[in-house]
Amino acid sequence: MAISINGQDYPLPADPRTSLLDFIRREAGLTGTKKGCDHGQCGACTVIVNGIRINSCLSLAVTNDGDEVTTIEGLGTMAAPGTMQEAFMAHDGFQCGYCTPGQICSATAMLQELAAGWPSDATADLEAAPTLTDEEIRERMSGNLCRCGAYANIVAAIRDAAGEHA
Amino acid sequence: MHLKQDKPDNRNVLDTTAQGVIGAPLTRPEGLLKVTGTATYAAEYEVEGCLEGVLVSVPIMSGEVLSIDEDSVLAMPGVVAVISDERLTGRAAQGTAGEAPFQPAQTVCYWGQPVALVVAETFEQARDAAKHLVIETRAQDVPVDPEKVDTKVEETTRTGDLAHAMAEAAHSVDVEFTTEGHASAAMEPHAAIAQWQDDSLTVHASLQMLKFNRAELADSLGLKEEQVRLVSPYVGGGFGSKLGISQEAVAASLAAMHLGRPVRVVMSRQQVFQTIMRRSETHQRVRLAADNEGRLTGFGHEARVSNLPGESFAEPVLQSSQFLYAGENRLLQLEIARIHRMTAGSVRAPGEAVGVQTVEQAMDMLAEKAGIDPVELRLRNIPEKHPANGKPFSSRKLAEALREGAKAFGWEPRPRKPRHTREGEWWIGTGVASAARVHAVVEAKARVTLRPDGTAVVETDMTDIGTGTYAILGQVAGEMLGLMPDDIDVRLGDTDFPAGSGSGGSWGAASCGSAVFLACEGLRKKLAERLKVADDGLTLKDGFVRWDGGEKALTELLDGKPLDATGHFEPGDSTEDMAISSYGAFFAEVAVNHWTGETRVRRMTGAFGIGRVLNARTARSQCLGGMTWCIGNALTETLLFDPNDGHLVNCDLAEYHVPVNRDVPDLDVLLLEERDGSASPIQAKGVGELGLCGGAGAIANAIYDACGARVFAYPMAPNRVLAAMPQN
Ligand code: FES
Ligand code: FES
Repeated sequence: MAISINGQDYPLPADPRTSLLDFIRREAGLTGTKKGCDHGQCGACTVIVNGIRINSCLSLAVTNDGDEVTTIEGLGTMAAPGTMQEAFMAHDGFQCGYCTPGQICSATAMLQELAAGWPSDATADLEAAPTLTDEEIRERMSGNLCRCGAYANIVAAIRDAAGEHA
Repeated sequence: MHLKQDKPDNRNVLDTTAQGVIGAPLTRPEGLLKVTGTATYAAEYEVEGCLEGVLVSVPIMSGEVLSIDEDSVLAMPGVVAVISDERLTGRAAQGTAGEAPFQPAQTVCYWGQPVALVVAETFEQARDAAKHLVIETRAQDVPVDPEKVDTKVEETTRTGDLAHAMAEAAHSVDVEFTTEGHASAAMEPHAAIAQWQDDSLTVHASLQMLKFNRAELADSLGLKEEQVRLVSPYVGGGFGSKLGISQEAVAASLAAMHLGRPVRVVMSRQQVFQTIMRRSETHQRVRLAADNEGRLTGFGHEARVSNLPGESFAEPVLQSSQFLYAGENRLLQLEIARIHRMTAGSVRAPGEAVGVQTVEQAMDMLAEKAGIDPVELRLRNIPEKHPANGKPFSSRKLAEALREGAKAFGWEPRPRKPRHTREGEWWIGTGVASAARVHAVVEAKARVTLRPDGTAVVETDMTDIGTGTYAILGQVAGEMLGLMPDDIDVRLGDTDFPAGSGSGGSWGAASCGSAVFLACEGLRKKLAERLKVADDGLTLKDGFVRWDGGEKALTELLDGKPLDATGHFEPGDSTEDMAISSYGAFFAEVAVNHWTGETRVRRMTGAFGIGRVLNARTARSQCLGGMTWCIGNALTETLLFDPNDGHLVNCDLAEYHVPVNRDVPDLDVLLLEERDGSASPIQAKGVGELGLCGGAGAIANAIYDACGARVFAYPMAPNRVLAAMPQN
């Protein structure tokens, strides 16, 4: 009975009301994942569960038994930041930084969704493999609010990071 | 070094120094902390034995709390206490108030006012208990609709005879507008962790202006300022909502003082919407009278705003209307309606964010009537001196912004007729607007220490709310001391440091930048004295000090000992004698759907004169942020209140629509080269708000140019555009 976060196992919480988000922030002490609304409306709490991005505030921790969770701390460290993290720095893809871990987790998983051929509202041809246009990035990142208004730089950062992957 | 700036400083010292880092587009020094999730925001400190508090609000528009039944929750698991102390505050403090906001919280003035705090061992327990706390109230009917109450005149500026000018005008415009309330909606909800020990209070909080907040908190609690320490090194956005101390910090402090244990209180998103500052809705009338050539002879701007009884703040809608355009016959009048919605206060660019866009729409209408290109009309109406008080303008880049912006955008200079381009079901059009935002600086102090190893530390209680303070203060110090910013440790957001200006009113960079500049001037003087040379004869670069006839490593000169100086900047006559503002211009291209009335902004250009640019990357980001807010302001953002009980209907991020990524197209930012010696000793003005001052008007004008719909109500939602669209 445990949740694996960035490769480390944590026992399930005693209180079934604990959201995955609060579990990550409090019980695992990983405060890189942010709480912006607690209602699935802002994306600040985005983490990657079994390879898929989710709003961790909308998941009860006890339902994540056996899941593999990756948080911002799992995508890179101060000593060795990940590609997406470096791209956000280089393009000033943030200001206050509060939405940023969610943006970076979301962008990381989003690129995998695109690579797997998942279409979006911005995909013109549902038969063909989607390509990483700016419009695709904008659409697929629209679940992550940034009140500082860093969107233009976020798109540039993701484009850049995706290029490095390719 | 102390400076009360009574005269312009046109020495442009930062252009004569040798390091070459001022203005450079350097990345943020705290960036790595932010992208790795390592930066610590208010609620995220690991504090031993910390209790969790949840605020409890009451669903009445006004009235009294008769009783709070603690026993209804004290037996619930984990519950430690119910705090209903009379010192609990019912509202947030206005920016720079420096004193307690409204107390006691148990006197209810708006729907959703918090009246108590439930404290428990865990957040889940506290949240549950907060839902079960039995509170008895007596409600009272009060006015909640600004359209239905009498108003009081706040301020009037009158010169000449506007009515006469309107009657005589070759071309005139007389239009009314409405704008709805806005929320700051910073992504980090308001949060505080309070610790009470040995008669002193330490609060980790999310705040913009620590020196004022410290005074507000101390006054709220009945403590001396020296007993209070505030810590806010990282703030997850402010936009006005964290200017003043708010309910959670006071409640957490009282709980910690009562219980002798640390207490954390984080507002829910709904509570932030319901209890923190709103931007007032406005009802405006703009009148323009012009001669044959489109030169203004009359300018009128009237506005009605609202606030709670007893609040001093009135959204300063007319602020830039005072001086943006000419016209010798003028009438500007601001009126206020007293109603019971949550406190109205500063939300990013108070005043201009709703006041410039209406004038800019009226200017567009005048341009059409007079058959003049809208850019040209604006250029023709740039006044020679302040139209109301006759003061000379300091450096002003309005004309250049209009011209350079037009060029970068590809603006076609011609009189305009709408509905010229259609792509399928979309009408395409372009629009322009001027930008203006008054300049302000406030007192600020900072300490700079040269360490024996040749690196430096900058300390001030100034905050970085995403604005780039960490970056720019390091750059000012680096430029002055001949160091790379990497070798400078900028420490912010702690009242143990010298008191800065706080972040707000776009004054942080110029005020605190000047304090750091003065501290560095002090250090340069001390170094020059050691060398017995004149301090203007020193060149500091890459850790070396050069003078006529010699060179020494800074470390050698320091001789194993640190050297520090404090800079103390105070505004003086220099900002009084001149009319000082930052200016700019917006250009927007939109597509409007013929069938649904939906507007998509396709691209936007902003050209801005903000004085000296301290970091081109973070300054650009501030402009991008402002322009993004223009899109929300123009198209989606609106606080919706129930007309009967005044409660905020859309109190979350699903229903209050801030722009999302796909709403924001490519944004092009031009930072114009400018030095304004009257604005500050570092010739800088502000940048955080200018990008939001008028841009929604460019979008409105583009909508008209696209489809012929002139919309007088913001936000210009599809229903409003559709209703205004010509029927053919
Ligand atoms: S905190 Fe989960 S979506 Fe906002
Ligand atoms: S960086 Fe502040 S909300 Fe995105």
